[in-house]
Amino acid sequence: MAELEVRGEEYEAQHVHSVYEEIASHFSSTRYKPWPIVEHFLKGLPDGAVGADVGCGNGKYLAVNSKVFIVGSDRSTNLVQIAKSHEPHTAIVADNLSLPHPLHSFDFAISIAVVHHLSTPARRVEAVKAILDLLLRPKSNDQPQSGGRALIYVWALEQKDSRRGWDEGHEQDVMVPWVLKGGEKVKKEKGKKRRKDDVPKPNEEERVVPVQEEKTFLRYYHLYKRGELEHDIEEAGGLVVESGYEKDNWWATAVLRGKE
Amino acid sequence: MKLLTLNFLTCAIKTCKSSPASFPLHPRDAELEVVEADLNLAFLKNILPRLMWDELRVIASELGLPALPETPPSKADLSIPSPTAPAPATTLQLDPEAIDAPENPPVVESDVEEETPSQTAVDLHRILLETCITEGKLVCGNCGHEYAVKEGVANFLLPGHLV
Ligand SMILES: [Zn+2]
Repeated sequence: MAELEVRGEEYEAQHVHSVYEEIASHFSSTRYKPWPIVEHFLKGLPDGAVGADVGCGNGKYLAVNSKVFIVGSDRSTNLVQIAKSHEPHTAIVADNLSLPHPLHSFDFAISIAVVHHLSTPARRVEAVKAILDLLLRPKSNDQPQSGGRALIYVWALEQKDSRRGWDEGHEQDVMVPWVLKGGEKVKKEKGKKRRKDDVPKPNEEERVVPVQEEKTFLRYYHLYKRGELEHDIEEAGGLVVESGYEKDNWWATAVLRGKE
Repeated sequence: MKLLTLNFLTCAIKTCKSSPASFPLHPRDAELEVVEADLNLAFLKNILPRLMWDELRVIASELGLPALPETPPSKADLSIPSPTAPAPATTLQLDPEAIDAPENPPVVESDVEEETPSQTAVDLHRILLETCITEGKLVCGNCGHEYAVKEGVANFLLPGHLV
């Protein structure tokens, strides 16, 4: 199904960005428990460390450590409006391939469940590179770990025990449904009218939306197979420090590779 | 959006990043708000070496805030040396009201020396972490692109032709 359209920026605008904007409040209400490895990474940072959370969503990870300073960014204005409440951090609206940060100025960067939404191999490597480029450079080439550190998390192809049941050998580019029920649907109808290029139809104000009506949104994901995240990190100029698997996800920490 | 954020923001347009004029972004038509926040001395001390002092001074003056000192404070400038002889514990018991008041928690003697923030630390905390831009624009000094700030959130999405 997805193969009929050309993947890339426009494809993601339709199959990732607009979906998150629509489902923001419902999505956010289901996203509050931090992944243990991310929590551990953030709690191990010294007071005053400065980092970026690329694709911060509702700011779930901005709530973990209030003694560091994180600039969270997300493509979805609705999610950033939720994320901005987490003190002492900041949340901004930005695209992860055009981040508004000076290069090599952060002690750490996290990007959790984001890179798998990029729809071509080149764009995924570009997204990883954009994260790595935020990190402080190592003090010298033979001490790569003295630089800033990134933690990246992506959805795994190998998750045969999960509800979705994907596993090795399955198609890696998939559309994953998100079902909105009742009240959320009413919200969506209201939000739609505010778009400037959307001419309101007569009577749209009065449109009654049955409370039980469901609406299904499909989000694009690239499911990562074993070793693929590490490959993308190396391709993007990074050096993998640690990597592993945590409940249906592949994760890796990385630093910048010194210049040869 | 806290002013400290501006220390870590530049233009989102890739070709601007190599130009020194793209940093810092310049606030324009900015509405400010002061939101009180807890002062964390260790945080301030650790963040100090990361501050682009000259650039922050420019921003403070553009926003009409009290001028920052010409040279950045040192870590030592941020705390008041703790008194050599601690007050006897009995003093507290003579003043039960002070103990009950939430802003005066009872002093607990411990091995860890609690440092007191200096006025310099309080001022720096006020400017960087308590002063927020709620509405306005952030302008790139290189290309002139304006990024809107609404409800305290800056938006860096670029129109298609600038990506
Ligand atoms: Zn610019």
